[in-house]
Amino acid sequence: MPKNYIAQRIGKEFKNGMYANLGIGIPTLSADYIPEGVEVFLQSENGALLFGPKPQRGMSNPDLSNAGTEPITMLPGGSLFDINASFAMIRGGHIDMTVLGALEVDQHGNLASWKIPGKCLSGMGGAMDLLYGCKKVIAALTHTDKYGHSKIKKQCALPLTGAHVVDMIITDKAVFSVTGEGIILDELAPGVTVTEIIDLTEADIINIDDWKNNEK
Amino acid sequence: MTKQIRPEEAVKMIKNGSTVMIGGFLGAAVPLLMIDQLAESDIKEITLITIGAGYRGGGVDIGKLILNRQIKKIICSHVGTDPNLISQIVNNEIEMDLSPMGTFVERVRAGGAGLGAVVTPVGLGTEVEKMAEKITIDGNDFLLHKPIRAEIAIVKAYRADSLGNLQYSGIYSSNPVMATAADLVIAEVDELVEIGDILPEQVGTPGIYVDYIVPGHSSKKRQEIYEALWIATNKL
Repeated sequence: MPKNYIAQRIGKEFKNGMYANLGIGIPTLSADYIPEGVEVFLQSENGALLFGPKPQRGMSNPDLSNAGTEPITMLPGGSLFDINASFAMIRGGHIDMTVLGALEVDQHGNLASWKIPGKCLSGMGGAMDLLYGCKKVIAALTHTDKYGHSKIKKQCALPLTGAHVVDMIITDKAVFSVTGEGIILDELAPGVTVTEIIDLTEADIINIDDWKNNEK
Repeated sequence: MTKQIRPEEAVKMIKNGSTVMIGGFLGAAVPLLMIDQLAESDIKEITLITIGAGYRGGGVDIGKLILNRQIKKIICSHVGTDPNLISQIVNNEIEMDLSPMGTFVERVRAGGAGLGAVVTPVGLGTEVEKMAEKITIDGNDFLLHKPIRAEIAIVKAYRADSLGNLQYSGIYSSNPVMATAADLVIAEVDELVEIGDILPEQVGTPGIYVDYIVPGHSSKKRQEIYEALWIATNKL
């Protein structure tokens, strides 16, 4: 499953002692892949820090859930606070890393996720604040859409959620770093070839010649 | 003076065309009983101020007000969880005032705290620039957003005493800030307790902000309601 692979790969980015906020979907799934021995403080934008797994049935606090309205438990040392404090934490640069889904990203580090004009509208929710305020931003998405078109663009066509904000892109095919000059291919997913990445990626990849030479 | 009233009395304070703020977060920590009162009433043309839409899928909590077409305008940061709401917005049946979530909650705070505006860098380089005024301070660009206030706020807390002091359990979410930003504040709580039972350091919203207390579902009843919902939607 591409989604599980992406979640598993995100798992490697968690570092000990890190404060992280995970978006709904694949990013939330990545919490299952936090490496053993690595302690991560998960933040939920509705106002919780250091939350843990789901409760047992019959044991839940009906008013305690994550940003996806899924029941959670609090771990020892965790804290609860109002939403203004939560967004001050996010916007004020106190969160080390966020992982967010996207409809598309581009080689300039732009990310689009909240609106497809004329088709779909979700609103930005907390995503714009997270993209602005978190020290490291990882975009997690499948490499292509259901028609096989690249979601890693030269320039986003959809309305942006954040401009020049993405540091790293993790897909089911590859991992990229975003620099001021463009994107760098860091890793291929198991079984993926350089030719395949070139075919499936619209964005220019700065170091693609190095990869081609290595493959020869 | 007692602040306690019955839900049927509380809902009468809301009129056609009222601006109503409802606390919670995408279906969580919401005043379920007061929302049901509102959904059963024939109050229409409401301007609803909420952080986002209701529980995913729609038709639950504030999603009932959408299904009943009681909402004229929504001021929020997210609508993606309720397909009925999205279709009414797309068909121009509901007007929408959208801002990023962190900005939205600060707009409400400004409304309650006597501030003139929220000035934030979030949203620069996006369509949010069209929803605000761009200003420059010390050479840096920011977006200026106006405060938000309501005629009536309905918030949800765990316990209240007769002075209106509120204690929260679980996520506070948007409830504390909304309790500061309306002409009239109604708090729905699981339990009413004696003065002194909520220790000063446990007070999440001081009674000064709260006009009326409505006894809501008990914590046990809320647990039954939410666990049934979570189980039905594969979340528990």
